[in-house]
Amino acid sequence: MSLISVRGLSQVYGRQTVLERINLEIEAQAFCTIVGASGCGKSTFLRLLLSEERPTRGVIELDGAPLGSEPDADRGVVFQRYSVFPHLTVMENLILPLELRASKFCGRLFGARRRAAVAQAEDLLERVGLSHARDAYPKTLSGGMQQRLAIAQALMPRPKVLLLDEPFGALDPGTRARMHEIILSLWQAEKMTIFMVTHDLKEGFKLGTRLLVFDKLRWDPHAPEAYGATITYDLPLEDSHGLPPELVEAASDDQPFQKPDFGSEGPKDVLH
Amino acid sequence: MGRAINQHPGAAGKVLLGALPFLLLIAVYLMASDARLAANPADKLLPSLESFGAAIDRLAFQPDPRRGTYLLWADTAASLLRLGIALAIATAAGLLAGIAIGLLPVVRAAFAPLVAALSMVPPLAVLPVLFIVFGLGEVAKVTLIVVGIAPFMVRCMAMAVTGLPREQLIKAQTLGATTWQIVTRVVLPQTMPRLVSALRLSLGPAWLFLISSEAIAATEGLGYRIFLVRRYLAMDVILPYVLWITLLAFLLDYLLQRMAQRAFAWSPEGQEP
Repeated sequence: MSLISVRGLSQVYGRQTVLERINLEIEAQAFCTIVGASGCGKSTFLRLLLSEERPTRGVIELDGAPLGSEPDADRGVVFQRYSVFPHLTVMENLILPLELRASKFCGRLFGARRRAAVAQAEDLLERVGLSHARDAYPKTLSGGMQQRLAIAQALMPRPKVLLLDEPFGALDPGTRARMHEIILSLWQAEKMTIFMVTHDLKEGFKLGTRLLVFDKLRWDPHAPEAYGATITYDLPLEDSHGLPPELVEAASDDQPFQKPDFGSEGPKDVLH
Repeated sequence: MGRAINQHPGAAGKVLLGALPFLLLIAVYLMASDARLAANPADKLLPSLESFGAAIDRLAFQPDPRRGTYLLWADTAASLLRLGIALAIATAAGLLAGIAIGLLPVVRAAFAPLVAALSMVPPLAVLPVLFIVFGLGEVAKVTLIVVGIAPFMVRCMAMAVTGLPREQLIKAQTLGATTWQIVTRVVLPQTMPRLVSALRLSLGPAWLFLISSEAIAATEGLGYRIFLVRRYLAMDVILPYVLWITLLAFLLDYLLQRMAQRAFAWSPEGQEP
């Protein structure tokens, strides 16, 4: 049985259709990457999975039951920015979910119970490589460190699904490559299901076990808002054979830089 | 010579330049005072430094012959008490109403228009109402200050809460937080720096309303004293009182700023003056 099933999902804002007729079955422990042009409804789809918005039509089921009407601890999330709490140190950010669960009124733990929570967070802190920064505030951390903290924090309540909304979009390429290793190792260790929206097709191919491409199938030039996007490609990536060649080509930028060839006469448009 | 926008004073130059206008003001005052006193030794408009000294000594260090209290300190205590109570009430209102309006859509729909309308009422225009309803005692004065600054503080806090990135509230929910936990662990701590800055911005209006209400009906207080001795053209009392009020206002602002810097080390705003 699949972990998530989406049936007949459409999302309409006023006269603008953003998503239409999406059907999807996602098995547990999939790493599902979502790509598409900007404004194609990737992030809307993620918001629907979060229950931040209710779908206009259709249902999303998690573990066979319809999604709750509000975001909850079943679905963790990491956004591109603002994902960690700036007024809490690294360790305080990490143990916050444990505190919220254990202490309904204060939302805080003290003494031995707090030490137990810290011990529980220790291992994850180590794995995202932030042990040395445990008492630092997020404003002193680099962008990559903040996102590592955000991912670790989102994992603390052990969500069934982790939703990543362009989590590495603001990072430089080197940092991004390290983040890829970390997220892959966490995914393998925690055996969780991940949805990741990215605008980087290469990243989508590199990380995912399944790649979803969102695009508009129908287009009315006189009413661009009339039709929404749907899933135009749903590619299993376990083996990358049999992919449409234009996608493979778009995803690899291995082509060497080519010098413009002007021939023996030099550039023609130069004025003499 | 470079451009004027690139000319920076040194460390000592900064202090000197900052002190210069003050010194100039004092020098101009002393020269004008000397000139007037030379023409008429009984002149009361621009008293000499000695008259200021005598007035300060009389008000601050000699008990008042009729009341037996030290007037400056009694006035200061009365005014600061009124100001303190009013600021505490306005801050509490700003915090509670501001967070409720900023965070809860139903409360926002119900009360945001009311607060917006109330903040447009000129507080001094309702002062007669306050005196009629609450009498001439302390309640009316404290209420005037609260009426004057609370709507601003409520709106400021509501804006601080609505200005929190939506990501933060979503993230808190995915970590299992209830509404109450979001208030106490996410919203409240993050909006505290804004509360302090709203309070600092309210200090000026708060002093204005305090002095106004004391000028109209009071038996003691800094504003009361200034308006009392105005009848005798007692500039030797008024000017030291004005300086003293300015100093108190400055100190209050400075203390709040220092407190914010220490308490909100996490905040990027914590460093700003």
